[in-house]
Amino acid sequence: MAAASLFSRQFKTDSKRVAADLRHRGLIRTALTKYEAARDLNKAAFQDWQGARQAAAERKWEAINHLDRHLESFAAKLEARGTKVHWASTAAQARQIFLDILREKGARSIIKSKAMTAEEIHLNDALEKAGYSVVESDLGEYIVQLRNEAPYHIVFPAMHLTRGEISALFAEKLGTPPTDNPEDLTMIARRVLRDKYITADVGITGANFAVAETGMVSITENEGNARLTAALPRTMITLLGIEKIVPKLSDLALFLPMLATAGAGQAITGYNSMYGGPRQPGETDGPEEYHVVLIDNGRTHLLADPEQRDALHCIRCGACLNVCPIYRNVGGHSYGTTYSGPIGSVITPHLRGLQDWKHLSQASSLCGACTDACPVKIDLHHHLLQNRRNAMSAKPTWWERLAFRGFAFIANRALFLNRLMPFARFAQKWFHWIVKGGPLDPARVWTETRELPPIAPATFTDLWRARQRARRHTPEAAR
Amino acid sequence: MNTEKENILRRVREALTVPAPHPGHHHHAAANGADEPISHWLPQVGAGFDAQADLFARNSVQLKSTFHLLENEAAASAKLAEIARAGAWKRVASHGDGARGPATRAMVSSLGLPALWTDAGYDVREMEQCDAGISECEALVAQTGSVLVTGRSSGGRALSVLPPHHVVLARRDQLIADLPAAFALLEQRYAAGYPSFISFITGPSRTGDIERILVLGAHGPKALTILCW
Repeated sequence: MAAASLFSRQFKTDSKRVAADLRHRGLIRTALTKYEAARDLNKAAFQDWQGARQAAAERKWEAINHLDRHLESFAAKLEARGTKVHWASTAAQARQIFLDILREKGARSIIKSKAMTAEEIHLNDALEKAGYSVVESDLGEYIVQLRNEAPYHIVFPAMHLTRGEISALFAEKLGTPPTDNPEDLTMIARRVLRDKYITADVGITGANFAVAETGMVSITENEGNARLTAALPRTMITLLGIEKIVPKLSDLALFLPMLATAGAGQAITGYNSMYGGPRQPGETDGPEEYHVVLIDNGRTHLLADPEQRDALHCIRCGACLNVCPIYRNVGGHSYGTTYSGPIGSVITPHLRGLQDWKHLSQASSLCGACTDACPVKIDLHHHLLQNRRNAMSAKPTWWERLAFRGFAFIANRALFLNRLMPFARFAQKWFHWIVKGGPLDPARVWTETRELPPIAPATFTDLWRARQRARRHTPEAAR
Repeated sequence: MNTEKENILRRVREALTVPAPHPGHHHHAAANGADEPISHWLPQVGAGFDAQADLFARNSVQLKSTFHLLENEAAASAKLAEIARAGAWKRVASHGDGARGPATRAMVSSLGLPALWTDAGYDVREMEQCDAGISECEALVAQTGSVLVTGRSSGGRALSVLPPHHVVLARRDQLIADLPAAFALLEQRYAAGYPSFISFITGPSRTGDIERILVLGAHGPKALTILCW
């Protein structure tokens, strides 16, 4: 058997553990049931949600399929108003750009609002190793940062934790008295972080959209932490993937409510802010310097696959995670990737290597719930299937090929198949239980935790013959 | 530095030499959504001031912001004073460089409280000590209950997010129907040079990060009040 990748083995171990964790199931159920109810209410408020999906998909298609033109416009408009635009092909280059800016500014403390791209390039690690202190300001991100953990979900980073665990965490790390009131816990974080905004030299943000027409970065949030990050420090840096482009400013009238509805079940998110540069002449505040870091990090690889190019339409709403039966069972951390759930399973093989991450495309029932939920109509479940095909044709597994050839040989020979059936029934009944679920069981993956359905007592051919015989003997009863 | 720009754009262009199928068209002969106005898809908004003010008020209840529709400027001024008393404000922040300029300055000054004016720059720590930030806005969006602010018209980036209570002063003719109308207004007003900061503020600052339970005032204002006359 070909050696499964380390990532694949890790995924199997972790998902097996989490799927059996009842406490985890309870938390996910509570969080997602509330989400579903709110999402359905807001979807229904749209005059035509399906029409909106189509319109959004077409706008993203335009953006991605003329990406070169839009990127040039985006950068040129920003630069014209005093923003420094940086380009990074790899994660290492992007990290270096940050380190160079911070060194040049003589920065000491850094406040950061939520950015999945920063998780993608492991920015915090790199900055901390270089001696900078970085504080996450989004409440959920702050909590997982205190726990030294990766975010659990693209939109709800601390969805896997109870208030009790968060209270214990704050007590341990911040020395605050324990409480089971979410409001008190939020106010603790508010107090601690207020001071950080005011003293930070540099603010780092991510972005939800990049407007090509006007050269603006659009940031969506509920807490106001990104707004403070973009208002108070003297230097602001935004990190974003090159696929964030939307062609026109007015396109946001469509994308902002769709992101909120699909992502969090809100009609619109609390703050949707657009930034087009540092403080301009005649403005009263804002950073003196604004840097925008555009990162490729494998995205052009995905762009080069026209079949799956629409995966770059993704607006990172997380809707596909929320509806995915696999995600809901194995949880966000089991994936071992920055982007989890169906979209993560589709794009990670393109960003980080097909053979190492092909197992994620197998972890799907292909039910298509993700494709239905996607506000920009990414054909997610077909892409999972395409990843499976691509992985197999790039690197066929000898034993699977052998097994399928054998199956084809037998299945194409009805007589042979029928002769084998009694043997299979006999073997299943009298011998399978001896090895069932054990290391010698060829069907172990299934039988470890489930019962194999019993092979039918008679084949279709047997039944047909019996029926024909009965008909011959009692012709009037057969009609 | 610029070589990476060229490398990325070269890879993009190479990738795009092979076209990708147009979205959705293999499933149904979908209407061409690119040409239709966006308002056709979004939640419906009635015509006329009364319907839109009513929608804005209903959205405000949902969002836990407070919306006061008032008779005239004197009534707005009295309401502001009432809110200041109820909140036991000691100090406020505001700006006098908006479209209403002196009128806003006069209304805030009539509170008789020490005021921090952001017009010519300010000290962040001082603003942090203020009990309220009072600002003008670009528009009120009925469809979503949002307040549209910009760095140029509404006292900068921090005034509407740093103090614990944000009070918005708006005229009746600033109420507009929906998001597409808001972007059309921005384009019409600023196409020659956009402010560096534009924001749709929808309700007070909020979080659901702990067990998806709603808490107001996560980092920004715990309260948002809109006075419209």
